[in-house]
Amino acid sequence: MGALIMANAKPTKSKSVKPARKAAKATRLERRAVVRKLLENRGDMLVVCGLGSSTYDVFAAGDDDRNIYLWGAMGGAAMIGLGLAIAQPRKPVLVITGDGEQLMGLGALATIGAQAPKNLAIVVLDNAHYAETGMQQSHTARGVSMTAVAAGCGFTWTGDIDSMAGLGVIREHLERRAGPALATVRIEASEPPRALPLRDGVEMKNRFRRALGLQTI
Amino acid sequence: MKSKRGAPPDWRDEVFKTFKRKGINQVFYVPDAGHKRLIELAHADKSMTTYPLTTEEEGIAAACGAWLGGHRSVLLMQSSGVGNCINMMSLIENCRIPLLILVTMRGEYGEFNPWQVPMSRATQGSMELMGMTVRRVEDSSRVVDDVDAAIDDAFVAEQPIALLFAQRMLGRKKWVR
Repeated sequence: MGALIMANAKPTKSKSVKPARKAAKATRLERRAVVRKLLENRGDMLVVCGLGSSTYDVFAAGDDDRNIYLWGAMGGAAMIGLGLAIAQPRKPVLVITGDGEQLMGLGALATIGAQAPKNLAIVVLDNAHYAETGMQQSHTARGVSMTAVAAGCGFTWTGDIDSMAGLGVIREHLERRAGPALATVRIEASEPPRALPLRDGVEMKNRFRRALGLQTI
Repeated sequence: MKSKRGAPPDWRDEVFKTFKRKGINQVFYVPDAGHKRLIELAHADKSMTTYPLTTEEEGIAAACGAWLGGHRSVLLMQSSGVGNCINMMSLIENCRIPLLILVTMRGEYGEFNPWQVPMSRATQGSMELMGMTVRRVEDSSRVVDDVDAAIDDAFVAEQPIALLFAQRMLGRKKWVR
């Protein structure tokens, strides 16, 4: 399936889009370590994270006024990232979300691909399960590849990542402002201790805008 | 309306000028014939970023991202798209994000297609249930003032506002070509 999609997609710098069923047996990384590494020395990066475990992971890596933690709005993380990336074209915008959250917003990948913001990257933390609701299998456990979808939507870089060393490429791509990127990072279906950031959306919005030097009401 | 068949009535051009005057930076939409002229004007203007969505709820999230980054946005859709937005609107209330939606109504006046009717009937109520202020615009001589005021309500007072453009004002869709 993956090979067929690649044949029809625009050329991308991605190493490969592996059939997810095979890749599912590959090494899986520990999610907190992945997110810590993605956010290391983040510079002026703006971060939006999908509801549930991704939000906990980003908070566990260290609170920052330039983080948007979602507690709802499932399927919306990537589109928040797009609106933000267009408004702040000089800043790298990283969306960190889960497979289940991104599956609910598959159309957003088409919208982002068509719009092609230079400064937006999406990391899908793919444990192939809905961890928050009792570890039901998600579509990615049955062969659906978010990487292949993003490649088909015209993202300029897409790839599956299954090593800590491989994580660097997504930050490099983002910092080069080389067009929309999506990485599927294969993680264990683990449930680390909850790390709960603020749930007050108004406070979160205001501190984010202040951090960018924007007025608040 | 003075315009010939096929030519746009000029209130749409005035609405676009209002977008410009009020500093709208992003326009996103799921197309509707009633918004055709506005969409064309927005795409032609390089001072704003205009893009299509695959489904209307994407626009709710995009409006949030735009505002977080300091941009004012407008979401254009037809009434049948409103139902697609409901859960995403929780983002707006929780974060008190300014939201301006311009909805062209179908299914309420001389409608040929009954499939437009159920969501049309539920449009205003469902938005109000999600905490939005909803105003109907029936009179094309009022539409520019109504858009101007709604932009202030949204971006100065951080309120979620929808304007419903009545089907009677937009004109009945022609079914036979």
